Amino acid sequence: MMLNGAEDEEKWLAEGIAGIQHNAFYMHQALDSNNLREALKYSALMLSELRTSKLSPHKYYELYMRAFDELRKLEMFFKDESKHGVSVVDLYELVQHAGNILPRLYLLCTVGSVYIKSKEAPAKEVLKDLVEMCRGVQHPIRGLFLRSYLAQISRDKLPDIGSEFEGDAETVMDAVEFVLQNFTEMNKLWVRLQHQGPGTVREKREKERNELRDLVGKNLHVLSQIEGVDLGMYKETVLPRILEQVVNCKDDLAQYYLMDCIIQVFPDEYHLQTLETLLGACPQLQPTVDIKTVLSRLMDRLSNYAASSPDVLPEFLQVEAFAKLSKAIGKVIEAQIDMPAVGAITLYVSLLTFTLRVHPDRLDYVDQVLGACDKKLSTIPKLGDSRATKQVVALLSAPLEKYNDIVTALRLSNYPRVMDHLDNGTNKVMAMVIIQSIMKNNSCISTADKVEVLFELLKGLIKDMDGADVYELDEEDFKEEQNSVARLIHMLYNDEPEEMLKIICTVRKHTMAGGPKRLPYTVPSLAFSALRLVRRLQGQEGDIIGEEVPATPKKIFQLLTQIIESLSIVPAPELALRLYLQCAEAANDCDLEHVAYEFFTQAFVLYEEEIADSKSQVTAIHLIIGTLQRMSVFGVENRDTLTHKATGYSARLLKKPDQCRAVYACSHLFWVDDQDGLKDGERVLLCLKRALRIANAAQQMANVARGSSGPVTLFVEILNKYLYFFEKGNPQITSAAIQDLIELIKTEMQSDSATPDTASDAFLASTLRYIQFQKQKGGVMGEKFESIKL
Amino acid sequence: MNFLIGAFKPACNISITFSDGKTRKQVPMKKENGQTVMVPLFQSQENIAGKISIEPFQGKKIEHNGVKVELLGQIEMFFDRGNFYDFTSLVRELDVPGEIYERKTYPFEFSTVEMPYESYNGVNVRLRYVLKVTISRNYGANIMEYQDFVVRNYSPPPSINNSIKMEVGIEDCLHIEFEYNKSKYHLKDVIIGKIYFLLVRIKIKNMDLEIRRRESTGSGANTHVETETLAKFELMDGAPVRGESIPIRLFLSPYELTPTHRNINNKFSVKYYLNLVLVDEEDRRYFKQQEITIYRLQES
Repeated sequence: MMLNGAEDEEKWLAEGIAGIQHNAFYMHQALDSNNLREALKYSALMLSELRTSKLSPHKYYELYMRAFDELRKLEMFFKDESKHGVSVVDLYELVQHAGNILPRLYLLCTVGSVYIKSKEAPAKEVLKDLVEMCRGVQHPIRGLFLRSYLAQISRDKLPDIGSEFEGDAETVMDAVEFVLQNFTEMNKLWVRLQHQGPGTVREKREKERNELRDLVGKNLHVLSQIEGVDLGMYKETVLPRILEQVVNCKDDLAQYYLMDCIIQVFPDEYHLQTLETLLGACPQLQPTVDIKTVLSRLMDRLSNYAASSPDVLPEFLQVEAFAKLSKAIGKVIEAQIDMPAVGAITLYVSLLTFTLRVHPDRLDYVDQVLGACDKKLSTIPKLGDSRATKQVVALLSAPLEKYNDIVTALRLSNYPRVMDHLDNGTNKVMAMVIIQSIMKNNSCISTADKVEVLFELLKGLIKDMDGADVYELDEEDFKEEQNSVARLIHMLYNDEPEEMLKIICTVRKHTMAGGPKRLPYTVPSLAFSALRLVRRLQGQEGDIIGEEVPATPKKIFQLLTQIIESLSIVPAPELALRLYLQCAEAANDCDLEHVAYEFFTQAFVLYEEEIADSKSQVTAIHLIIGTLQRMSVFGVENRDTLTHKATGYSARLLKKPDQCRAVYACSHLFWVDDQDGLKDGERVLLCLKRALRIANAAQQMANVARGSSGPVTLFVEILNKYLYFFEKGNPQITSAAIQDLIELIKTEMQSDSATPDTASDAFLASTLRYIQFQKQKGGVMGEKFESIKL
Repeated sequence: MNFLIGAFKPACNISITFSDGKTRKQVPMKKENGQTVMVPLFQSQENIAGKISIEPFQGKKIEHNGVKVELLGQIEMFFDRGNFYDFTSLVRELDVPGEIYERKTYPFEFSTVEMPYESYNGVNVRLRYVLKVTISRNYGANIMEYQDFVVRNYSPPPSINNSIKMEVGIEDCLHIEFEYNKSKYHLKDVIIGKIYFLLVRIKIKNMDLEIRRRESTGSGANTHVETETLAKFELMDGAPVRGESIPIRLFLSPYELTPTHRNINNKFSVKYYLNLVLVDEEDRRYFKQQEITIYRLQES
């Protein structure tokens, strides 16, 4: 019968509706003519349509609503004794003569409603009778709807406090008793629905039951609306009775829905005061019940309640809400052995959220939650479930979001333990979350201990984890991760040099373990962080006296050397070279000649031994020259050595143009445009001349190789250098030399073999224009330039 | 027509009136032809008194050998129709033989008449009370007139009225315990009770309570038993589970019941039974029948 599908059901519904309409028509006629006997007859016939077993709950509801509307009319008729002349007491008996139970009980409820209104009998007596008589309908759907009808008509007639139906004593109790009983019976019917029909349609059953659940839940709503249900009564009677039914019905669907219902319909403060009872029921529920959602909702509500007003917080403390919740969750997890990890963790997430919202000041609570979670996770081999992993991430992110400050989270001893349970990938994600939180909030981590803990947390990013797949890495992601770590290093800061040094040491300890892939990202940050400390110390050096000062620039430079040396395993010579030069400059500023010299030495060694690529060499040599030029700490001897080296390297570059450019750059090494800087005009000129020779050679080589000389750019560049030193007052640079050079360039440009090149033409033109400009400017400079004849 | 009436009708009009006829309660009675008439109601030990008037038509005279009135209690078996068995017969002579010329009225009285049985109109048997006026004549048939009346006897509430309580079942299939609050009910009574399900392994569709009347007539080999179901009252819809208890509340007033009659004059008995019927989804019926006694309660 069930298999015939929706079409048949539509047909049956249509037939049922037609039957109701047909009989309702005659019932109306009877009502209009005040014919009680006929009215009863046709109403019973009409209600007989509800006896069908063929409809799904959804369709049955439609039918029920039709009948319901008609019953309202009948009730109006019953109410008016002048129309039918029968006292309500007799009427109450009369309707019970009906032979079929379902119509009989619908009519009984309808008259019962009038009976209570008439106040000819105490409301509680009538209600008790009705709820008792309804036991006769044991068919789940029909029973549910009948009792739902009973609930509907009785809602406004409960002997509640302040209600007109309030009786003498214990009256609210009667109202509660009535609703509870109806609730219990409805729930039983609802649960029984699951076991009807063949097992193959279980899913369909569940769907149908879900459609009916609100009929059951409505009772709880009614209970919550009863004025007389105060906290005491709720605690003593209402809640225990509801929970008894919930636990005993042993049906997961019902248990889940009803627990949720309880949580949603009753006031928060009631929950708070009955936490123990409510939570006590949780471990007794069926193992398949989704307790985590239930408890989560409870905790959500409680935390919202806590947030609603600061006045309620003492209540939370008074009832030890946290301890109870925490205990309950433990018990639930213990009781439900089969609960997947994700469930348990979700529970902890909820508890944590609750804690963070209600007791933000109790970091120990937070730690306790994490500890419990860690304990649970330890019993599970490995987190394979992605949802569980997600929950762990949520668990770990919650404190970060709440406190907006990683520093607080770092105080949680169980935090890293929980994080350890994550797989490598997620661990990294979590680490990124932590870093982002730090960045977002600009939190500064200021002690070495915290840094230690932090790096422990971030170890997924800091070093290769055991068993991590090497190939799993996406290059982009890796870069981003490491860049984040690099950024993070700058957030570790303390004004106290001593502590700062400790921090640096700690960071170094961790980053050194990072392996060749990570070092290029982390070392620069670390080095610059150390250099920053050096700069700060340098500023206050004078003040620090005594030997106990651990954070001396010297020490830091030693550290830096080690740090930079670590790059050799990568290898990243260019980077190391740059860092050495930076260090050298810092050492220069600290007036530490030996140290600076050492750094330069390292840089040169790298240049000689590691940097083979000619392009890199060019870059490197320019860097060296640039740095060296600014060095003021060196004595003549050291300086000479270094300058000599630099010039030598410049001249040995592979390509002529590179050689030329490096060499003319070297000229600056002999001319420091400072107050008391070195000004060796002769050697400047030597360099420039050498550059010219190389430029010539380059031209000739080009002629030989390609049959045309290259552009004259190099010459123009050298001309600019000439002009620079001319302007700076190098006596070796004469206007005649400049004139010669210009002449030379022009000749080169007009030679047959020259390749026309607009860029160098323009360059020359603007250089000449500059000379012109300086001439016209007048003054000392103007006079000086006047000597250059163009 | 008038002529014809005059010719075939009895020569006189006999009317029987009761002395308290105006105030006495009248109850409906079904006659043999199916019509219902209202007749006076008596009970045992009452005086039955009244007047009988005889009025000859059109100045005719009636010659007679005497006028009498009888009070008869009769049992009529339908398989033996027309033969009445009189269990009560009282006679009052009203007039000595003579002639009646004009309307004549005779008072009569049967005082404290013993009428132990109630009027009953069953399937196979009828018990009735009747006043019979006979004008005996030499020529022609006697002139007779009948007046039915109904007798009902009331009982006080029984001093002992135990409840009916019983556990029945089919092994490993169905065990129920049921209880009716009394074993004796009056006609307007309410049966209160409950059925408690101790074990349910069958899929029950519904449960009814039936009131059955068993009328047995005759005796020995000639016994006829007729059973009627007077009420079929649905107690439960759907399948209960273990531990469920279903209330019973059945008002008897809507049904046409009579008191239980046990061995009335060795002619017939009328007994009532409550039959609890459970129907399963395959329409198999499981039932248990219990006799109850029905009595007519003295109305206060």
